[in-house]
Amino acid sequence: MNSYNYIALIPILPFAGFLLLGLFGKRLPEKISGLIGVLFIGIAAVLSLTTAYQYFITDGVINGTYPTLEPIKFTWLQFTSTLSIDMGIMLDPISVMMLVVVTFISLMVHLFSLGYMHGEKRFATYYSHLQLFTFSMLGLVLSGNLFQIYMFWELVGVSSFLLIGYYYDKPSAVAASKKAFIVTRFADLFFLIGILIMGVTADSFDFNTIITTLTSSAFQENYTATFLGFSVLTWALTLIFIGGAGKSAMFPLHIWLPDAMEGPTPVSALIHAATMVVAGVFLVARLFPVFSVTDSGALEIVAYVGIFSALFAAVIACTQTDIKRVLAYSTMSQIGYMMFALGVSDYEHGAGYTSSMFHLFTHAFFKSLLFLGAGSVIHAVHSNEMKDMGGLKKYLPITHITFLIACLAIAGIPPFAGFFSKEGILHAAYATHPAIYYVALITSGITAFYMFRLYYSIFWNKSETHLHDFHGEGPLTMKIPLLILGALSAVAGFIPFAQYISPTNTPQESHFEILFSIAPVLIGVTGIIIATIFYKTANGKAAAFAKSAGGLYRSAYHKFYIDEVYTFVTKKIIFNLIGRPAAWIDRNIVDGLMNAIGNTTITFSASMKDLQSGKVQEYALYFIAGVIGLSMLGIYLWM
Amino acid sequence: MNHITITQILFLSTALFFIGVYGLLTRRNMITMLMAIELILNSVNINFVAFNKYLYPENLDGLFFTIFIIAIAAAEAAVAIAIIINIYRNHRSIDVEDNEEMKY
Repeated sequence: MNSYNYIALIPILPFAGFLLLGLFGKRLPEKISGLIGVLFIGIAAVLSLTTAYQYFITDGVINGTYPTLEPIKFTWLQFTSTLSIDMGIMLDPISVMMLVVVTFISLMVHLFSLGYMHGEKRFATYYSHLQLFTFSMLGLVLSGNLFQIYMFWELVGVSSFLLIGYYYDKPSAVAASKKAFIVTRFADLFFLIGILIMGVTADSFDFNTIITTLTSSAFQENYTATFLGFSVLTWALTLIFIGGAGKSAMFPLHIWLPDAMEGPTPVSALIHAATMVVAGVFLVARLFPVFSVTDSGALEIVAYVGIFSALFAAVIACTQTDIKRVLAYSTMSQIGYMMFALGVSDYEHGAGYTSSMFHLFTHAFFKSLLFLGAGSVIHAVHSNEMKDMGGLKKYLPITHITFLIACLAIAGIPPFAGFFSKEGILHAAYATHPAIYYVALITSGITAFYMFRLYYSIFWNKSETHLHDFHGEGPLTMKIPLLILGALSAVAGFIPFAQYISPTNTPQESHFEILFSIAPVLIGVTGIIIATIFYKTANGKAAAFAKSAGGLYRSAYHKFYIDEVYTFVTKKIIFNLIGRPAAWIDRNIVDGLMNAIGNTTITFSASMKDLQSGKVQEYALYFIAGVIGLSMLGIYLWM
Repeated sequence: MNHITITQILFLSTALFFIGVYGLLTRRNMITMLMAIELILNSVNINFVAFNKYLYPENLDGLFFTIFIIAIAAAEAAVAIAIIINIYRNHRSIDVEDNEEMKY
């Protein structure tokens, strides 16, 4: 077996890039800082691919499984003889897969940004933040224990905050970045509590130890701790899932994701489509043996939250007019797919687990392609709104073709990537949870509909669109990532994923049934046809349909008023019932005590102040009187 | 010639001391106050000399202290008068009550 020590370089390179560009970026010309960014990520991406090749092909299966390796590991904080926080690198099939996804998408985004962000004043800052994000995300996927993952989890949140708020002179971007940070931070509170319970229960933070301890039958039989009628472990897993749901924008913690589209579009492609938002899925997958073997309660929650989010977001996506928001809701919907695929999976066969990871993989390609395509469109049109677009297919031929591929992929049309992964998910759901399967089937129809609504609205619809100050489709650096991702979205589905990734880390046969695929594909095609009728040419059919849908359309357009509910809960209930009393106590009791101490001192010193009159003779008098008094006292005592 | 007792000398120095204190507290003129301080110092000198002579005639410590005090008093007078001259230049007055802002 070969050494894996060079893997440490993969996260260190972006970190070095972050320091370099963060400290000296302002002095470097735009070309050089862009080059540094691309170069560092490029090397990291090459190393990741080498790692993947070495892990899956060269070393491959040992004793029937892919081994879980920890090439680098050292103890950071020792609490007791058994409980410690370690830092290190852990390699197993999913972390290697994530390594490739993160560095590769990050490289594409770095390349694309060269063109997209050209001429920005804070170009180097943007790149340094991208590097910081990549570093944190790599640290997250390589973490071997819960605490390390938590630290990088927060770092990812911070860099996401920085990137969403990149246009910090725009109030909406500032609000969006704060919203994203606060919502995910709120979820992370539950995550932390879950980590602590988990650490105490398993007496370790290490994933390997946790999994071995908690899935052993001895532990299962003796574990009886309950809280409010549920096993404490179920609570811990649910809390950890809440943390994951916050980052992965699952209902009802999804409200930050659409607003996060205020950031630069390549950032949305990297963070809010391909990498950070799947961190929650990754986390559940990481602890999947515990989820599935120990207690199915938490896994049911994962499944139902996932399927609800998938449907919910898909419905909203049909009504939005900002193209990035459509994509944001589509992301949420697809992550819902990944979540419920994990939720319906079991440990031994693990078809759901495998296809969830597969979907994560393919989704990373086609969704970042969609976002970068949207970036290319926005770059040309200078607007996010559908009404400003239409008929762009002759202006943006490469964007048009690649966008179409991505749309077909997400709609699940064979032979594009999304078809295979979605097929696996639906198959897994059909086997164990038929109800979820039917909802997911409908959702995939809706997905096809809204994606093609988007596609037609951008590229067809109006024929005589006239673009003023149109300056070409963008430089080569913007077209190349589109083409590469387009190619991958088309072919990534042919990877025999079950060979590499399964919950037990043993290679399994990919099973694929042609008959089963008929229904999902038909549904997808139906969605596309409806979208074609409504949106291919500018006609009133869509508007008329929206009118007849009435209330449903209106509430979906307003995102089912979730934001309003949040505003109501925070402003009216939390602020009034908790915030104000707390503020009152702070102002009157805590501050009051301090003020009382201060006021007493002030009064006392004011009364003393007159003693210092500046009359030297008065001082002398006090002094002499004091001396006489003291000597009288001394004489009296002495006598 | 009658022998002078220590009590008589102490009466003298005490009287001198309180005359000095009285002068220090009541005079407004800084020069006069300085003179009052000299009186106090001299009363202390008398005490030192008297105690040395009557209690420990074999030692000279008291005389040394007296000489120190005289020397320091001379230096102090020089400094004090320099200060007073400067105050006069600034305020056109050497009355202590005209110089209350010195407290700042």
